[in-house]
Amino acid sequence: MRTRTATGGIAAIAAITLAAVAACSSSASSSSSSSASASASSSNPLSSGGSSTSVVVGSANFPENELLATVYAQALQAKGVKVSTKLNIGAREVYYPQVEKGTISIIPEYNGTLLTVEVDKTSTAKTTAEVDAALAAKLPSTLQVLNSAPAQDSDSITVTQATANKYHLKSIADLKPYAANMALGAPPEFKTRSDGIAGLKATYGLTFKSFVPLDESGPLTLAALQSGKVQAADVFTTTPQIVTDKLVSLADPKFNFAAQNVIPLVYKPAMNATIINTLNAVDAKLTTEALLQMDNAVITEHASYSTVAAGFLQAEGLS
Amino acid sequence: MIWSWIPQNWSLIWQLTWENAKLGVLSALYGLIISLPLGIIAARWRWVYPPTLAVVNVVYAVPSLALWIALIPAFGLTDTTVIIGLTAFSLCVILPNVVEGLRAVPAPVRQAATAMGYGATRRLVMVELPLAAPVIIGGLRVGVVASISLASLGQLIGVSSLGYLFIDGLQRSFPTEIYVGLVCVIVLAVICDLLLVGVRRVLTPWQPRRQVALAQWPGLQRVALRRGAA
Amino acid sequence: MSFFSYAWDWVTTSANWQGSDSIPQQIIAHLGYTVLPLLIAALIGIPLGVAIGHTGRGAVLVVNLANAWRAIPTLGLLILLAVYLGFSILTWLIPLVVLAIPPIIINAYEGVAGVDPDVKDAAKGMGMTPWQQVTRVELPIALPLLLVGLRTATIFVVATATIAAYIGLGGLGRFIIDGLASNDYGPVAGGALLVVLLAVLVLALFAVLNRLVVPVGLRKQAELGRTE
Repeated sequence: MRTRTATGGIAAIAAITLAAVAACSSSASSSSSSSASASASSSNPLSSGGSSTSVVVGSANFPENELLATVYAQALQAKGVKVSTKLNIGAREVYYPQVEKGTISIIPEYNGTLLTVEVDKTSTAKTTAEVDAALAAKLPSTLQVLNSAPAQDSDSITVTQATANKYHLKSIADLKPYAANMALGAPPEFKTRSDGIAGLKATYGLTFKSFVPLDESGPLTLAALQSGKVQAADVFTTTPQIVTDKLVSLADPKFNFAAQNVIPLVYKPAMNATIINTLNAVDAKLTTEALLQMDNAVITEHASYSTVAAGFLQAEGLS
Repeated sequence: MIWSWIPQNWSLIWQLTWENAKLGVLSALYGLIISLPLGIIAARWRWVYPPTLAVVNVVYAVPSLALWIALIPAFGLTDTTVIIGLTAFSLCVILPNVVEGLRAVPAPVRQAATAMGYGATRRLVMVELPLAAPVIIGGLRVGVVASISLASLGQLIGVSSLGYLFIDGLQRSFPTEIYVGLVCVIVLAVICDLLLVGVRRVLTPWQPRRQVALAQWPGLQRVALRRGAA
Repeated sequence: MSFFSYAWDWVTTSANWQGSDSIPQQIIAHLGYTVLPLLIAALIGIPLGVAIGHTGRGAVLVVNLANAWRAIPTLGLLILLAVYLGFSILTWLIPLVVLAIPPIIINAYEGVAGVDPDVKDAAKGMGMTPWQQVTRVELPIALPLLLVGLRTATIFVVATATIAAYIGLGGLGRFIIDGLASNDYGPVAGGALLVVLLAVLVLALFAVLNRLVVPVGLRKQAELGRTE
């Protein structure tokens, strides 16, 4: 009878659906437990990263950081460590609490901004050695930094060649007479960071006409700079377009931006000797030149993060 | 368009598609599970419907991102937040269809069922719901398709989905990645839509195909009725 | 603290109402991003939908569009144009217009096609030209559904304009995106609350419009359960 067939069909579909929902729900809730919350809520720090052989490598929301995270992850995997990755989490202000709680075990950081933005806003440490020492002293108990790499990727106030020629700009200090007529572009968090708008004012006495929130030294920032939407912008020093577009990064003689070496920020309880030695070995080989080359491959030539990371590790004998 | 990027990153694409699918499909299913009892009640007790509809209209108007943000203090930047928000949205699309579908069951049919000795529950399950199925599934289709597309926005609050391909594609000025993301979302949505069409055909084998194409959309159903196609 | 307390604190901070990125300015920007695409979409969508409804040709297109338009990811479209066009007005105008057209066409079609065939016959019988049939008979009867289509499109554009902040635009989304970047929940919640209020305002506006423009008899029909 037709009704029996229809009922049978309904029952079958309902059963399959319920099974699928149950399967998906359980995997959905386990993946939501590995991503943490913005506010200090109840995610269990022991729920991941507790085992000594399995770690979570995270990254911030810009390509170079994803690249570095991929490098770390692959290096660890080559040494037999179980790794899962959580890429493109967000800005530091978002992922830092996650590392503190251990939901993320390892994240590539930059020692200078890490120090002045999260750890010790009043710090006056400027050189690599000073910053590393200050970090070791002031980090919360669950966190640790490993060896810093020679590679540096700093914020820099950058202008186009034309602007530099027009106002004879060589260093940030040269901007003082002109800043009041200039729009400054930078990532949104630059507005509130201590070495951001406030830092430029305190260190160089600069007050810009306006602040335009853009992205992490990405295409929006570069387009804004080229099109004249902003006259100066925060461009990270390993951004390939500095070379290809002939941009001028102004010198920072008063060290508004501290040294910004690449450095792994780790959750101490998740560490062991293998992990630490592997990451230190990677950092030892990471020069600014190498980083710039990798950035160029990933950003300009659109190579995959995993291919470029693998190439670097192989060339340096780390995989 | 760098075609070689696709096979090179196949596992990433697949993983993101799977996560996006989970978010979208689960939300629509939860929306259906909530809409069915609510809709049955609203169809039976008429006075329930206007206030319910008013609430539904307001929730439907709230952009998903805003809804997720309101949920963050309670649920964090997690899959749960995204799913709850999308479930609420799916509810807004499916519930009116449940009510209208049930109400569209012709009175003579209901009376015939009663005359045959069906009680209210049996009549609901064996007569009214199957007849309302095309319209309900029509709403479910819209819910699934919209949820899959909206789930990609979850990447803005750090919830992994195909939106990652858009964001990374923007950061590297890499159109290939963006196209792949667009195609994956659309294809995923179309596949789910077609699956539901298949489900409808299985559940309502008595419906002629052409008329059903119009009938699964309540408004168009009215059009079809007037044209004497019902 | 709850969403509302964060949002309320931020919205009632007077500093946020002054300066170059103030709340009033972003509200105006947001309205700009909403109204212009809607006008263009209406100018394109209403005539098209009415034509398809009146002649019946191209109805297949409308039926397929009814499901397909929801599948397009708004963020992807915005980003695609941002990558190709950079900071141009077309970067946001094209996606928003493209996304606003489908609900307008679909509901215009539905409204016109759904007019009682007897009424259409009567109009023809009275000697009305096709133009008169459409403008004097079909359009007025289709008005409730037309308004529903416009309402759906407006809500959709308001929501998408919120996301447009991600590609560097202003509007209420700016507070959300910047707040997310700085992990400052205040502007995030405040921006979200303002967007919700704007959406509710749109609903209220259309309710008033409905009351003003649509005759009583047709209003009853339209109130029967339409979110789309």
